[in-house]
Amino acid sequence: MRTVRATLLSDMLPAWRSRVVLLVLLGAFVALLGRSLYLQAVNEEFLQQKGESRYSRVIELPATRGRITDRHGDVLAVSTPVKSVWAIPEDAGKVNGEQLRKVARLLEMDARDLTRRLQAEGDFAYLKRQVAPDVAESVMALGLPGIHDQREYRRYYPTGEVTAHILGFTGVGDAGQEGVELAFNDDLSGRTGSRRVIKDRRGRIVEDVESVRAPQDGHDVALALDGKIQYLAYAALRDAVAEHKAKAGGIVVLDARSGEVLALANLPTFNPNNRGKLNGAQLRNRVLTDTFEPGSTLKPFTVAMALEAGKVRSDTVIQTAPGHLTIGRRTISDAHPNGLLTVAQVIQKSSNVGAAKMAGMLEPQQMWGKFDALGFGAPPHLGFPGEAGGRLRPHRTWKPIEQATMAYGHGISVSLMQLARAYMVFARDGDVPPLSLQRVGGRLPEGRRVFSPETARQVRAMLEMVVEPGGTAQRARVPGYRVAGKTGTAHKLEGGTYADRYVASFVGFAPASSPRLVVAVMIDEPGGNIYYGGEVAAPVFARVMEGALRNLGVAPDAPVKPMQMARGAAQVPM
Amino acid sequence: MISAFVYRLTRGLDGPLLIIVGLLMAAGLAAVFSATLDAPARFKGQLLNMAVAYGVMWMVAQIRPPALARFALPLYVVGVLLLVAVALFGDVSKGARRWLHVGFTRIQPSEIMKIAVPLMLAWYFQQREATLRLRDYGVAALLLAVPVVLIVRQPDLGTAMLVLAAGFYVIFLAGLSWRVMFALAVTAGASLPLVWTLLHDYQRRRVLTLLDPASDPLGAGYHIIQSTIAVGSGGALGKGWLHGTQTHLEFIPERHTDFILAVFAEEFGLVGSLLLLLLYLALIVRGLMIASNAPTMFTRLLAGSVTLIFFTYAFVNIGMVSGVLPVVGVPLPFISYGGTALVTLFLGVGILLSINRHRMLVPK
Repeated sequence: MRTVRATLLSDMLPAWRSRVVLLVLLGAFVALLGRSLYLQAVNEEFLQQKGESRYSRVIELPATRGRITDRHGDVLAVSTPVKSVWAIPEDAGKVNGEQLRKVARLLEMDARDLTRRLQAEGDFAYLKRQVAPDVAESVMALGLPGIHDQREYRRYYPTGEVTAHILGFTGVGDAGQEGVELAFNDDLSGRTGSRRVIKDRRGRIVEDVESVRAPQDGHDVALALDGKIQYLAYAALRDAVAEHKAKAGGIVVLDARSGEVLALANLPTFNPNNRGKLNGAQLRNRVLTDTFEPGSTLKPFTVAMALEAGKVRSDTVIQTAPGHLTIGRRTISDAHPNGLLTVAQVIQKSSNVGAAKMAGMLEPQQMWGKFDALGFGAPPHLGFPGEAGGRLRPHRTWKPIEQATMAYGHGISVSLMQLARAYMVFARDGDVPPLSLQRVGGRLPEGRRVFSPETARQVRAMLEMVVEPGGTAQRARVPGYRVAGKTGTAHKLEGGTYADRYVASFVGFAPASSPRLVVAVMIDEPGGNIYYGGEVAAPVFARVMEGALRNLGVAPDAPVKPMQMARGAAQVPM
Repeated sequence: MISAFVYRLTRGLDGPLLIIVGLLMAAGLAAVFSATLDAPARFKGQLLNMAVAYGVMWMVAQIRPPALARFALPLYVVGVLLLVAVALFGDVSKGARRWLHVGFTRIQPSEIMKIAVPLMLAWYFQQREATLRLRDYGVAALLLAVPVVLIVRQPDLGTAMLVLAAGFYVIFLAGLSWRVMFALAVTAGASLPLVWTLLHDYQRRRVLTLLDPASDPLGAGYHIIQSTIAVGSGGALGKGWLHGTQTHLEFIPERHTDFILAVFAEEFGLVGSLLLLLLYLALIVRGLMIASNAPTMFTRLLAGSVTLIFFTYAFVNIGMVSGVLPVVGVPLPFISYGGTALVTLFLGVGILLSINRHRMLVPK
């Protein structure tokens, strides 16, 4: 074994050894230098970006959703500020039990539920969403670590179930999901603003850097809806549905001059402020989405077509005896044989045979053209989701029996809204205006002409007879006003056959001398023995029409006299 | 009055070394101040640490090397005994047993070994100087291995590595044969897989994440990613003192201790980093000069070892923060917050100063 003792002292440390040391040192320093250069001079931009991406955040500033008001400016939907309380679970770990119980009490939560939420994985957990601002403030006043609040909005509908279907509601992210909230979402929602901020690792905002874009609050939407009439319509419908134990119901009130929708209600309905458990039936806006075979309410159009085509005059006599009519292998019958009827009486007595005979005078193409012009078979384009167009088959496929049944409203389906709109043709002088959910200011809209003014006036006079003694809907009368309208009582079509269930309806307008309002009422499957449109739907019409006309201050056009009620049971068609 | 005080504090001490250390301290104070803005008490604490450390240094500088040599054996023995005591009665904190309660305070005996081991080995080689044989290197290796193993078991890989390095420097400078060195290197290389199996899981993870920090960006890779981002986003000139974003927004963990370089580099940029590297280079050059001028084997070995320890500290820490070495708990010398490390470092400077001051065999 070789000793190395001689090489140890100062001058004896071998040169290579100190050189190795120096080389290693230099090498190490060069390596660190190189790394510094790489990080701070070469890769600098990338790393700076990375750094910035770690603290610079663009946060959204929510815009306040616009209000929805009725035509008088009364608020129907409004966004109220609320707060959500959330936590960074890791930071909130220091909160002790006593403090937790305090928070739970303030938030009206179970302390165990709160603890469970605080044990969640991740950096963020909601403790409670949408609490009143003062509640959130008192929670924040406790000054607990890791517990934060954030501002949110909650949509509130003061009128609740009364306006549920027309307004719809908003869903996640304050976006409209149904009704007007959806139809006018672009106007209402406004534009979210944004702000660039610096946040630290814990997500606290340290500094406001710049406002990138200010939030633009949504516009208010003023509906044509009249709050009072809406309530009246809703209440009348609700009472009728309850009284007759009906499955559902719908009502719509239109302004005959402007085409504005003044009221729209459905039953069953829901409370939009508390949508905990809803079923599909409650959500359906039947007035717009459900179609039904209108039945007799369609007869006036058949009569108008025959008048317009010059095939009949209002005093033309039509033989309806013996109360039934066979076309091909099918037979059409009246509820009661009527014998000879004038055209006007066909409507007053609601004779199916009479209407079918008049349809027989017309070409399928003629009838189809008018139905189409009246808006059947196409959605009314109000902008609502799921507006139904109903069924109007192309005239080329019509068989004679079908043309005959369509004359009294079978083999064709419409929504209540379509029906109400079509009646505008009689309330006005033969034209159908576009409908509007919003207030129509300035010039009234031009309608689409369907019938001549003369025809419209003639049919209007016939419709007045319906509510007069001898007509089918004496209960539709309104004291002080001349009323015109038509009942409908249609068998419901179920699985291709007509069941023993009915849709009772009444569509009418007043005052007949200068029509101002069109009201359409539909009661679906009234229970019990009373199911005629004149018994079930007409009283709802009368109640709403009376209240609405008085509310609008429309001048009466008939002398007030004691009502002549039920002189002789109404002869009701099917 | 003040100048007289300063004179007393610096009289007879090596000017260049004092200036270099002073500049490093100044940089350290600036960085600690910035990193502890949210806890100003720490900055005051660091000032106190520095005062105490300077006092220790001054006292050690007054001691003549032969007297230092007399401390070597007792210090080493006491140190090893304390390490044994730690293993038996130490406090467990964060999964490691490193601290020992001694009545009024807690001490970390492994820290003592950073100085005790080179002192001991230098003293041993001094004793064996006349008859140095290969066997003596074996004994030295054993003297080194005992504390290193004890520290590794705590576990405290960073300190163990520093102690191992300190001892190895002494043995290397004492003239260990190149062939033995080569053999050692081969053995070390061959035993790497074995070492790998002996490592704790978290230690293995640190090495693996170094190779690919993005594999676990929120866990083990977090330190490396955040600190390289902080260093890099300083750019050429830095963001300015107290204006570092990554550090002040709490993205850098341990920002006033082991990762303080990230604060410094972000705020002072490439220029600052280069100046800092230059200061360390100057420190080591000056230390090596003192070593090569040292008169005895003991002082030469001790000075060389202490200097190379400084180098190791700086290299490992800078390498770690800039993402080229795995994360081990090594502070940035003279800069990082922390009293124990400062006292140890200044003890080393004191030794250098003493050796330099008393290099004449016959006192002036």
